[in-house]
Amino acid sequence: MDRPTFLSLSPNLRSDLRTYITVGLMACLWLLAYSIIQPLADWLAYGVLGLPHGSRLGEAVAFFLYDVTKILLLLSGMIFLISLLRTFFSPDRTRALLGGKRQGIGNILAAMLGIVTPFCSCSAVPLFIGFVESGVPLGVTFSFLIAAPTINEVAVVMLFGLFGWQVAGLYITSGLIIAILAGITIGALHLERYVEDFVWQLPGAQGELKETLSLADRIARAWDAVKEIVGKVWPYVVVGIAVGAGIHGYVPESALAGIMGRNAWWSVPAAVILGVPLYSNAAGVIPIVHALTEKGAALGTVLAFMMSVVGLSLPEMIILRRVLKPQLIAVFVGVIAFAIILTGYLFNLVI
Amino acid sequence: MMNIKILGSGCANCKRLEATVRRIVAAGAIDAEIEKVTEYSEIMKWPILSTPGLAINEKLVSTGRIPKDAEIAGWLKG
Repeated sequence: MDRPTFLSLSPNLRSDLRTYITVGLMACLWLLAYSIIQPLADWLAYGVLGLPHGSRLGEAVAFFLYDVTKILLLLSGMIFLISLLRTFFSPDRTRALLGGKRQGIGNILAAMLGIVTPFCSCSAVPLFIGFVESGVPLGVTFSFLIAAPTINEVAVVMLFGLFGWQVAGLYITSGLIIAILAGITIGALHLERYVEDFVWQLPGAQGELKETLSLADRIARAWDAVKEIVGKVWPYVVVGIAVGAGIHGYVPESALAGIMGRNAWWSVPAAVILGVPLYSNAAGVIPIVHALTEKGAALGTVLAFMMSVVGLSLPEMIILRRVLKPQLIAVFVGVIAFAIILTGYLFNLVI
Repeated sequence: MMNIKILGSGCANCKRLEATVRRIVAAGAIDAEIEKVTEYSEIMKWPILSTPGLAINEKLVSTGRIPKDAEIAGWLKG
């Protein structure tokens, strides 16, 4: 009997093998690129562009090149891994896990599933209807709807890349706590009557489409997600880091301590209000905010601003208005804003 | 004639899915009517939690993503 050669394998297996080999090669390339970011940035800034060492412009350019390369590499790699993990979850599975759960446990589970379940705020309405129709309590549904967009992969990866794992961890933890507590509060207020009436009149929920995916399918989906997300955010990353590099190089130290420091009590609520219209620009906002902390802005204020940018978004409110009456929207916004402000003060106090 | 439904309330991906389907239908000269379902009260009659959804001859084939051209073409062939 002949030994199987690559060409004698079935076409499916061959294409699967090709996928695994490509992923392996990409991983090696990624590691190589990640290990030479600093010399590469220095070489480009001082060698290719010929900027003098130690000059303001030279430092700002080297800083810019380093951060852009590092963040784009981190985003591609981490989004690939997160998206791969997410192919094992679906809104339908999450709904099944949450059905029949009580307040409390349900809220905790919902907030955690909010991180790993694939979610787009454009699908907030069908998801909301599907959840409450199948008996997931309103407060538990809200815990999910707060955690899913707030603890978002782009924001977390950029916080990790620019501020380090401690700040990224703080962000995730406080996002989870806010989602859990806000959901429990909304549940305790019994606001079901402020859900638009048509929601309750729809036919009962049914199971979603079942798909069986091979590992190669999952890899292909994760790769699509990388292309879509990085393709969408990279211009914001570049512009944000450029502005950040400018601040880094040209704004004097502690220039902001007075207005964004921990002693300016009004800066936390101001940061939250300022963050609302900046929806979807987390990618551009984080590098700027990072540069501001170097100049004396307090971390709690900065985290509150970040959460407001990502978690309190005007377009999402408008989308949710289709299923929620204005009173419930107001409670939703009020509870989250209050929780974010509290978080900001807490961190300013502790750190 | 084939009936194709795009289920979604005008999100960016819903529009992209519609354009993709129209392109494939035109390329294959398929006899199909393409219908956009944008009202949530109608969309939610399908077992959908994420948009866009794609239904061919009253059978739901995908939700929450834009399938590859080859996948869509395969479904359209039946």
